[in-house]
Amino acid sequence: MSVFHQVVKANESAILVGWLKQMSASTRRGDLINDVDLKEQASEFLKLFTEACQKSSDVQSEAFASTQEFLAEIAKSRLEQGFSTSETAMFVLSLKQPIFSAIRDAFKANPSELVSEIWASGDLLDQLAMLTIDSAITIRELTISRQQEEMLELSTPVVKLWDGILALPLIGTLDSARTQVVMESLLSAIVETNSQIAIIDITGVPTVDTLVAQHLIKTITAARLMGADCYLSGIRPAIAQTIVHLGIELIDVQTKAKLSDAFALALQRLGKAVVTTKPSATSPAQGRNRVA
Amino acid sequence: MALKAETHPIATSNDVVRVRQIVRAATIQLKFSLVEQTKFVTATSELARNTLEHGGGGWMTLEMVKNGLREGIKLTFRDNGPGIADIELALSEGYTSAGGMGLGLSGSKRLVNEFEITSELGQGTTVIVTRWK
Ligand SMILES: Nc1ncnc2c1ncn2[C@@H]1O[C@H](COP(=O)(O)OP(=O)(O)OP(=O)(O)O)[C@@H](O)[C@H]1O
Ligand SMILES: [Mg+2]
Repeated sequence: MSVFHQVVKANESAILVGWLKQMSASTRRGDLINDVDLKEQASEFLKLFTEACQKSSDVQSEAFASTQEFLAEIAKSRLEQGFSTSETAMFVLSLKQPIFSAIRDAFKANPSELVSEIWASGDLLDQLAMLTIDSAITIRELTISRQQEEMLELSTPVVKLWDGILALPLIGTLDSARTQVVMESLLSAIVETNSQIAIIDITGVPTVDTLVAQHLIKTITAARLMGADCYLSGIRPAIAQTIVHLGIELIDVQTKAKLSDAFALALQRLGKAVVTTKPSATSPAQGRNRVA
Repeated sequence: MALKAETHPIATSNDVVRVRQIVRAATIQLKFSLVEQTKFVTATSELARNTLEHGGGGWMTLEMVKNGLREGIKLTFRDNGPGIADIELALSEGYTSAGGMGLGLSGSKRLVNEFEITSELGQGTTVIVTRWK
């Protein structure tokens, strides 16, 4: 078994100084972390590392559990602070140089032992660096999938287009629990604004399958029970064809290709009309649309 | 002949969204028309959701296949769930055991070129679909 840990222990303070110097030369980002924190982390790691090396030379063994845990913490806090993955790994890798020079001084007289100790310590540090990279990547992936989930959950606002007319422009996938929330908010907005017509626009929904259709039909039925009519707009040709093949029938549902068509219909139903007025003398506009 | 095969887990409703995006990307790669894309992605959505909801989760394997000069995408959805007692019934329009519309299975059959389903009670269900360019 290798004995370099004894050398590390005996030269702990010198190695610590060398390591911090090495880090400030290669990776230390004064903008992201302060000296006191860094020194604390470095000496804590050195302590855990030498303790573990006394017991084992296998980083996957129980002896290295607390070292591993510590590195996972380091990876997490580094990423949060804005370090890159390789900068995070350099925390471990930059320890090589000071440890190697301590070993070199200790085994000057014995070249073959010198080589094997350097090999053993270098190998361990490489493996620990890999572990750090692995944790950093895992954390990154978790962050990405969480962000993806958040994007799916983006809330969709109910907008009032006109007195008595609401619109619900749906964007994104309608799989998750979000659909329920969105539909409920539409129903309560109908009550609050005392609207007679709600337009559900699905231009921004990439896939309309039986689940989405079922949600839409349920909402439209519920709105009807509350005395409001729902129009469905934004059904693109490809989606229309697919819905037909699926066997979904949207009978009784007023559908329009575009939101503007649905809005025009809604105005008409409420006895309003869009008229084009002549440009007035004071207004340079070519013509204005106004709801009469 | 399969040119490429990859398997993705279907364990959450997010996975359903993800496999849909993966299949969408494959249809774009093969230059499917927008209608063909939409049809195949919608079939994917139905079958993946069945795998999740009725099969208790499973996997989708995507293969880029070639038959002579024809290129296509073959999807295999497989789960180790309860299986389907009566496949014909499950395939009939409007049949649902879970308060759905009962259109997913029969509808996705119409949205693809080849459709094959095998199921064994207590063992699980496998649905294989292919759409050619
Ligand atoms: N992978 C599966 N494992 C077990 N049972 C299944 C599986 N796939 C489908 N089934 C059965 O077949 C029935 C019909 O499936 P289908 O997809 O047509 O309808 P659904 O899922 O109930 O509703 P939806 O219209 O929303 O898809 C299901 O209700 C279920 O009983
Ligand atoms: Mg289904």
